[in-house]
Amino acid sequence: MEQIPLEHILLLSAVLFSLGILAIISKRHAVVVLMGIELIFNAANLNLVAFSRYDPLLLQGQLFSLFVMVVAAAEAAVALAIVLRVYQHFRTANLNEIVSEENR
Amino acid sequence: MLFYLFAALAILSAAYMILTRNLLYAGFSLLITLLSVAGIYVLLYADFIAVTQLMVYVGGVLVLLLFGIMLSSRVHDKSVVSESVNKVWGALVAGFILVGLSYTILNANIRELSWLQTAGTDVLGQQKSTVQSIGIKLMTDFVVPFELASLLLLIALIGAAYIATDNQKV
Repeated sequence: MEQIPLEHILLLSAVLFSLGILAIISKRHAVVVLMGIELIFNAANLNLVAFSRYDPLLLQGQLFSLFVMVVAAAEAAVALAIVLRVYQHFRTANLNEIVSEENR
Repeated sequence: MLFYLFAALAILSAAYMILTRNLLYAGFSLLITLLSVAGIYVLLYADFIAVTQLMVYVGGVLVLLLFGIMLSSRVHDKSVVSESVNKVWGALVAGFILVGLSYTILNANIRELSWLQTAGTDVLGQQKSTVQSIGIKLMTDFVVPFELASLLLLIALIGAAYIATDNQKV
């Protein structure tokens, strides 16, 4: 089986990263913003795993991406708890409405 | 060849996640993106990472996100639909980042890196999977970050449970 070129994996992760940025900028529902953050985490993990292929004895990239996943899971749990509290308080999860309600 | 299939699937469903206005469709297209990234991990000889991706992201984070969608929007009054704002500026910024990153990647001559030149092409060597070496490394070289990760997860669990409870009623 031939090797996948490293550039193609890096380009894929660049595309996923910019799509995550686009989701964060253009979506106003808090949960969709969190989805964009997950997309960015995945792009970073893809880079780490791609370079770890050239490090077969140490596997540092794979271990690092494992810890990134742990941090991402913890972040998602806490962020969703915060989103639920914000929704209970403001009765909306739309970020613009929350900001305008706060300034009122 | 399989890699390009997974890559196209990941990019298309991530794009659909942004284009769709229904939050639940966005969640399910994120599911397809995460599954294709797990497939790419398998193709990159990272079997343990792929299984962890399935269990943590698809089994954990995505279910949490779907719960978040259902608990934070009233389905009957169309708030399950989220509108897009900043379309032009978002596309400009994301396109600028994409072009910059692609230009850098294509001009970086990654193949000429010295430590990639000396790296062996026989990726897995004698072993059949990376699970054993990852387990040994987690218990020897990486034991401090491993324990710190468990501590972080405990703190996140307690913190999330505390934040999500209704404080007035306690």
